[in-house]
Amino acid sequence: MGKLAGLAALGLLLAAGCAKPGRDDLYVLMPAPTGQAPGSVTVESAGKQAVLYQPYAAARVKEPGRVEPGTITEQEVKQAFGNALGAQPPRPTSFVIYFEEDRDDLTPDSRQILARVVDAIARYPAPEIVVIGHTDRVGTVQRNDALSLRRAERVKEELLKAGVASERIRVEGRGEREPLVPTPDEVAEPRNRRVEINVR
Amino acid sequence: MARRTCSLLLAALVASMLLAAGLPSLARAQEAGHVKVSRGMVQIERGGQKLPAAVGAVVQAGDVVTTGADGSVGITFLDNSLLSAGPNSVLAIDRFAFDPTTHQGAFESSLRKGTLAVVSGKLAKASPDAVKVKTPAAVLGVRGTEFLVRTGESKD
Repeated sequence: MGKLAGLAALGLLLAAGCAKPGRDDLYVLMPAPTGQAPGSVTVESAGKQAVLYQPYAAARVKEPGRVEPGTITEQEVKQAFGNALGAQPPRPTSFVIYFEEDRDDLTPDSRQILARVVDAIARYPAPEIVVIGHTDRVGTVQRNDALSLRRAERVKEELLKAGVASERIRVEGRGEREPLVPTPDEVAEPRNRRVEINVR
Repeated sequence: MARRTCSLLLAALVASMLLAAGLPSLARAQEAGHVKVSRGMVQIERGGQKLPAAVGAVVQAGDVVTTGADGSVGITFLDNSLLSAGPNSVLAIDRFAFDPTTHQGAFESSLRKGTLAVVSGKLAKASPDAVKVKTPAAVLGVRGTEFLVRTGESKD
């Protein structure tokens, strides 16, 4: 009996301890980068909800089910999140390089873009580079699959020449399947003869 | 004191429940992202092991990334999501699936404590309900955006 009472008391103590874990939660919507549509974040806690859709809108949660909407200043953001924001990796970026008709030769303008790609790669820690080749719709699907891959391989060669490590680069060919500018079959379209270079 | 005892007891309870239920088989080793920024003490817990989280280290679904009092870490995921955590943080990558062609998939993570900055990637753009971030007190639904999360018990 005494043992049981002791256990019950322990249980009550535990329940009391568990019942009020006061919290210091803070959720903040940041402004979208220029040119990008603003998004939103829904904060849900024990059935209660707040939707953040304005830059620097904030929700504070002091205990589950108590969601307090509000705002936050840039200064407060720096104080609370400076270290997390300071550790943000560089934003992924992408480039497009164009090719001569039915060949894996770069257009003259694209040479300059390639130089910019090489500069950009140098700014990424442990860079990952995905090179994706495309063609226009002149020729057969099989032939264009092969051509798109050759174009991508050509870009890889150029990157290797510029000192980028081979294991950092992945190469893909998508043929004529993903045109930048949709056209009927057998239409020559310079803007579709391209290689995308994604760097992250 | 009561709170610590409480969490310890709860942890023990959960552990024994998991053992009783039989641990779910570990997710197939799968690359979800890479560490790009690593400062101070940063570790990746994977299958009971603690691995150093140097720049270039692979992050997989199922990993738990922790930072020390002087630590911070930045991870770039395959869909171009960027997650970065400040000091004294515990971030679990619960689920990551991404089809690079269709941009469909799912990304679920839990910040158990600490601070987190998120720049959502292609998954959040392709399908509004694909990306979720959980904390002990809340679940966040993400529609293509940048946001910040702090979670922890208040110091009273």
